Amino acid sequence: MLKIDNIHARAGEKEILKGISLTVNAGEVHAIMGPNGSGKSTLAQVIAGHPGFEVTSGSITYGGDDLLDMDPEVRAQKGVFLAFQYPVEIPGVTNAYFLRSAYNEIRKANGQEDIDPMDFLDLMEKKIKLVDMDPAMLHRSVNAGFSGGEKKRNEILQMAVLEPKLAILDETDSGLDIDALRVVSGGVNALKRADNATIVVTHYQRLLNYIVPDFVHVLAGGKIVKSGGKELALELEAKGYDWLVDAA
Amino acid sequence: MTAPVAKYADAFAALDTTGAPGWLADLRSAALAEFNAVGFPTTRNEDWHFTSVTPIAERSFRSAKPSAAPTLADVLAATVGDPSWPRAVFVNGRFEASLSSLKTLGAGVRVGTLADTLKDSPDFVAAHLGKLATFDKQAFTAFNTAFAQDGLVVRIAHGVKADAPLHVIHIADAQAAGCMLHPRLLVVAEPLSEFGIVESFVSLKASEYFTNAVAEITIGNGARVHHYKVQRESEQAFHVGTVQVAQGRDSAFHSFSYAAGAALSRTNIYSRLGGEAAEVRLNGLYMVDGSQHADHQTFVEHIAPHCASRELYKGILDGHAHGVFNGKVYVDPEAQKTDGKQSNHALLLSGTARVDSKPQLEIFADDVKCTHGSTVGRLDDIALFYMKSRGIGAESARALLTYAFAAEVLETVELDALREGLEKIAFERFTQTEQ
Ligand SMILES: Nc1ncnc2c1ncn2[C@@H]1O[C@H](COP(=O)(O)OP(=O)(O)O)[C@@H](O)[C@H]1O
Ligand SMILES: [Mg+2]
Repeated sequence: MLKIDNIHARAGEKEILKGISLTVNAGEVHAIMGPNGSGKSTLAQVIAGHPGFEVTSGSITYGGDDLLDMDPEVRAQKGVFLAFQYPVEIPGVTNAYFLRSAYNEIRKANGQEDIDPMDFLDLMEKKIKLVDMDPAMLHRSVNAGFSGGEKKRNEILQMAVLEPKLAILDETDSGLDIDALRVVSGGVNALKRADNATIVVTHYQRLLNYIVPDFVHVLAGGKIVKSGGKELALELEAKGYDWLVDAA
Repeated sequence: MTAPVAKYADAFAALDTTGAPGWLADLRSAALAEFNAVGFPTTRNEDWHFTSVTPIAERSFRSAKPSAAPTLADVLAATVGDPSWPRAVFVNGRFEASLSSLKTLGAGVRVGTLADTLKDSPDFVAAHLGKLATFDKQAFTAFNTAFAQDGLVVRIAHGVKADAPLHVIHIADAQAAGCMLHPRLLVVAEPLSEFGIVESFVSLKASEYFTNAVAEITIGNGARVHHYKVQRESEQAFHVGTVQVAQGRDSAFHSFSYAAGAALSRTNIYSRLGGEAAEVRLNGLYMVDGSQHADHQTFVEHIAPHCASRELYKGILDGHAHGVFNGKVYVDPEAQKTDGKQSNHALLLSGTARVDSKPQLEIFADDVKCTHGSTVGRLDDIALFYMKSRGIGAESARALLTYAFAAEVLETVELDALREGLEKIAFERFTQTEQ
């Protein structure tokens, strides 16, 4: 589904990603861990198409197509979704309007008609239960004045509504209490299917008790310094990152 | 540019002033003399630094002649609001009884044309006309005072709450080309009354004319007045409008100024907080494109203590448009505990649009809280990326963010029909490029 081959990326003059390769197949869950500043968010943003990063070499294919050649909205329309580490506030645009616009644009790009507004309401009602969110939040401006936890839930609500093929969760667990963590990971697991894939970026092994990965990769200094199965996460929990970072 | 106004002497002499009382004739002559003495302001005048009125000064506008009225359907189609609101319609500056509907105003609200009220209640008019909007050094107010032929006088009796807002519609049709229109509005809200008024300036046909409007609003103790100005003149027209307000103790004045029309427009909203604990809110939105120029000047005079003023202006500029915002606040030494907050934000959609904004605070009391904030910016790249990352196309994302910028101030319009109408205009304006 996703094939990252020796990608190098920079922001301004600063090289951040220094040769990353990663293959994600349908049905798989990959965890990306690593110390602060190692380039995890940069990798996630590069996949989503953030204009602030320049890919200087390497390639990314998605479903066999050149992902880096696509505008961010095209990537989303083809099923790529990034839950932002720091979700963006959009005063003046309600959550409901935002979600319906996104939903319909994705349908349009895939040759489908706009959803009937009543059907959309039903869909929202179902999805909002999944993330245990107050329906009143739908009529508030996107993320404006939301607490940290509310923003993260809102990201998962968007993911639940848009049903991506490739979901990347960038530290969706950071700053959540245990109850919220259960709800959020429950939502992610409920959306898991054999034909989609998830990349969870996290700083803490704790999340992986709820969302169980097939593969764990450790990113340090802009490179993947170690990959393994889910037991690698436990080893990291016990030993920290230093032994890997020093070795790199 | 001094005394270009001699060219209006003939037009002044030709005004039909039959039946006007002596004091009014004197007021008009004095106004004409002042207009002649000061001339049109130049950019050397601090209040007009960013707005050159040369295009108005160099033209010679005629007085409008009576013409056949447009249909009511045309009038309503050109305006935003609820068609069931009582309305006073002026066509090319003249009151048109056949298009107006003032019966539904309810008891306690008296509305009449300036001419009729001069006949019924000359003393009332004498006591109020020209008392707030004084014309000393004010060329445009002097120009209006000298030439105002028709106008509206509104009186709201003590303790009365009007059922519906009054919609004053100034409509210019093809006959307005080359003409000057000097509408005058006088509102007196007696103590504890509540009243809303919408002044719409619209045109049926793109043409070059000059509207020079003056409104005077007296708000008694404990009274509340909402004033909405909707300026959607022809994009070839010129518009200068002054709203001068005096507020009594515990009164409230809420103003919203929407400006999207005219080649060159200047709106002045001035309020004097003369009684304790009065409250004023001045909000506005301007949206301009092409080579349009839109200027707003607000002035809040805190004379009495414990008064509050709130201001939020937003501008959206495209093409080569030029916006100006000048928010003046004066706090008298007596006006302790003044609470003033002003912000104005402009969004530039093109690299060639321009905004000049200047807050001006003159504070002579020590125990006050006055803040102001001003931003000029472009659409936020990160917000655009966020929307695109959800599948929303670049054009739609820009449109949605631009509309959201406008919606944030439009939502303060308390009249539902007006708010919804303006929201629709803004939404269509920014989303139409999509298809
Ligand atoms: N836009 C940017 N401009 C310059 N440096 C950046 C930018 N974004 C991230 N960086 C730097 O790149 C490194 C990796 O950042 P990031 O990908 O956010 O790390 P992580 O998510 O692993 O904590 C950090 O040193 C960070 O300061
Ligand atoms: Mg990060």
